[in-house]
Amino acid sequence: MKKIEAIIKPFKLEEVKDALSDIGVEGMTVTEVKGFGRQKGHTEIYRGSEYTVDFLPKIKLELVLPDARVDAAVAAMVKAAKTGKIGDGKVFVSPVDDAIRIRTDEKGDAAI
Amino acid sequence: MKKLILSLTLFSLLAGTVPAVLAADPPAAAPAAAPAAAAAAPAAPAKHPNAELVEKLGPAAAPQSDLRVGLDTLWVLVAGMLVFFMNTGFGMVESGLCRAKNCVNILAKNFVVFAIATMSFWVIGWGLMFGDGSGFMGKEGLWFVSGADNSPALGKGYEAMNPFSTTEYSGVYAAINWSPVPLWAKFFFQLVFAGTAATIVSGAVAERIKFSSFIVFSVVLVAIMYPITGHWIWGGGFLGANNFRDFAGSTVVHSVGGWAALAGAIVLGPRLGKFGSDGKARPLPGHNMTSAALGVFILWLGWFGFNPGSTMAAMNGSAISHILVNTNIAAVTGSLGALITAWVLLKKPDLSMVLNGCLAGLVAITAPCAFVSIGSGAIIGFIAGVIVVLSVLFFDKVRVDDPVGAISVHLVNGVWGTLALGLFYHGKKQFGDSAIANTVAALDTGLTRMEQVMVQLKGIVAVGAFTLVASLAVWFILKAVMGIRVSPEEETEGLDIGEHGNEAYPNFQSVGGK
Repeated sequence: MKKIEAIIKPFKLEEVKDALSDIGVEGMTVTEVKGFGRQKGHTEIYRGSEYTVDFLPKIKLELVLPDARVDAAVAAMVKAAKTGKIGDGKVFVSPVDDAIRIRTDEKGDAAI
Repeated sequence: MKKLILSLTLFSLLAGTVPAVLAADPPAAAPAAAPAAAAAAPAAPAKHPNAELVEKLGPAAAPQSDLRVGLDTLWVLVAGMLVFFMNTGFGMVESGLCRAKNCVNILAKNFVVFAIATMSFWVIGWGLMFGDGSGFMGKEGLWFVSGADNSPALGKGYEAMNPFSTTEYSGVYAAINWSPVPLWAKFFFQLVFAGTAATIVSGAVAERIKFSSFIVFSVVLVAIMYPITGHWIWGGGFLGANNFRDFAGSTVVHSVGGWAALAGAIVLGPRLGKFGSDGKARPLPGHNMTSAALGVFILWLGWFGFNPGSTMAAMNGSAISHILVNTNIAAVTGSLGALITAWVLLKKPDLSMVLNGCLAGLVAITAPCAFVSIGSGAIIGFIAGVIVVLSVLFFDKVRVDDPVGAISVHLVNGVWGTLALGLFYHGKKQFGDSAIANTVAALDTGLTRMEQVMVQLKGIVAVGAFTLVASLAVWFILKAVMGIRVSPEEETEGLDIGEHGNEAYPNFQSVGGK
């Protein structure tokens, strides 16, 4: 099992979800986050005081998949989330020790 | 110790009302003599100006009089309700421009301040402000609005305010016997004005004031400070008697609230994190611009009661309409003045500045609205919009932290509006019979513009000196006795939890809230 963590631009969420759905991926968790990479922030003024907006809103998707399906899922996500402009985000893949479905107590690949 | 003082203050306020409640109703006002009988009194030295008409109408005079008083009262009460509703606007503006973790506290302050204002003004504020007395303060009818009074009877010289009655005013609130409405209508209308002055303070001290200290300060403000300066101007005191003019309260209400707010902000100190070690101001953005913007719209509507209602009579439709249009145009040009200034100086049209500009225009037109032309009103409002933006930047520069711009809106433009009354004065000296300043509520002074400006300046200085010094004294005493600022830990966590044990948005999680 692998965990796929993707940080993407917020407006790309629907597209990525649909792309994953098209290849049969049925579950994910989504969080609203803020972050930055090499994309710099910008300066704004509120009531005469300057401040830099470093952290930009992003969406984090997390999903756990069997090893065999990871490559296809990652490819679909990257294709759907890409705009070609700075700030598109990143995808991380890491190993998962175990997964348990709470309702049925199933373990391992059966749980995902 | 602090809880003890707070408890004693609240208790004495409440306890003071018990005698009033338990006692029999105040002696009935001197019964209004039947108009016909008064007119028929043979030994009266001079005939009442309305006597001829009242005689001619016979039994029709009394119902006509009632109708007239009824309409006047309706207008005053409805206008007063609009002004009351401004508390909603203030609550929305202040909470919108402050952070979410302090939202409950700000709303609670807005709620409690009106309650405190009502009690304080009822117990003694009205009496100090409108009771007959010296040039400095009222001395008669001080407690619980229970002085002798036969309103809506009118005082000498004001008989035209109700041509259908020949009853003369007899009572201890002579300063306001030009208004043909009952005593409680006068009280309610003036009460909501006092409440407005008190709530101005809450914006400037927001996000770090102790709730209990704010309560105590508000009691002193509305029970003593506000009524005294109000007496000087509207209550028969030395300023009004010497040609100082303030139609609806740029000085009486707004600058008084502003001076008290300035004193509070100075003694309190800035919010944690507001000013960096380099002295530069850091923005602490408000959490709900929708609330702030809708709040300003509500205040704008409320001002349609604040200014036009200050005629405290309904029958001069021209005057009321003129005042209302003047009020509106100043709000508009104030918004535009701030919009342009912010756009030019700060590169983008900051909504919070535009909102402040609208309010600045409204504050600035409050004194002159019945004394100047509509064109003048437009100019006054525009300048107010420019001034408020510059003032917000100025107070940040001198490290006075004002989370919502209350000082810039109410103090600075309260002063500007009071001066503008003189600069744009449309009086008989210059304009003869076509002068705008020729109604009972907006009495001409006979001065030229420059002369009027000098008079206005003296009043500004007198009220400013008194209010600022008194406010600083009270804030310093409170600071020493009970503390006025929450702990740094509480300020960081948010006053909602620390002062009230509530959260405004318990199910929201915010990332990186400061």
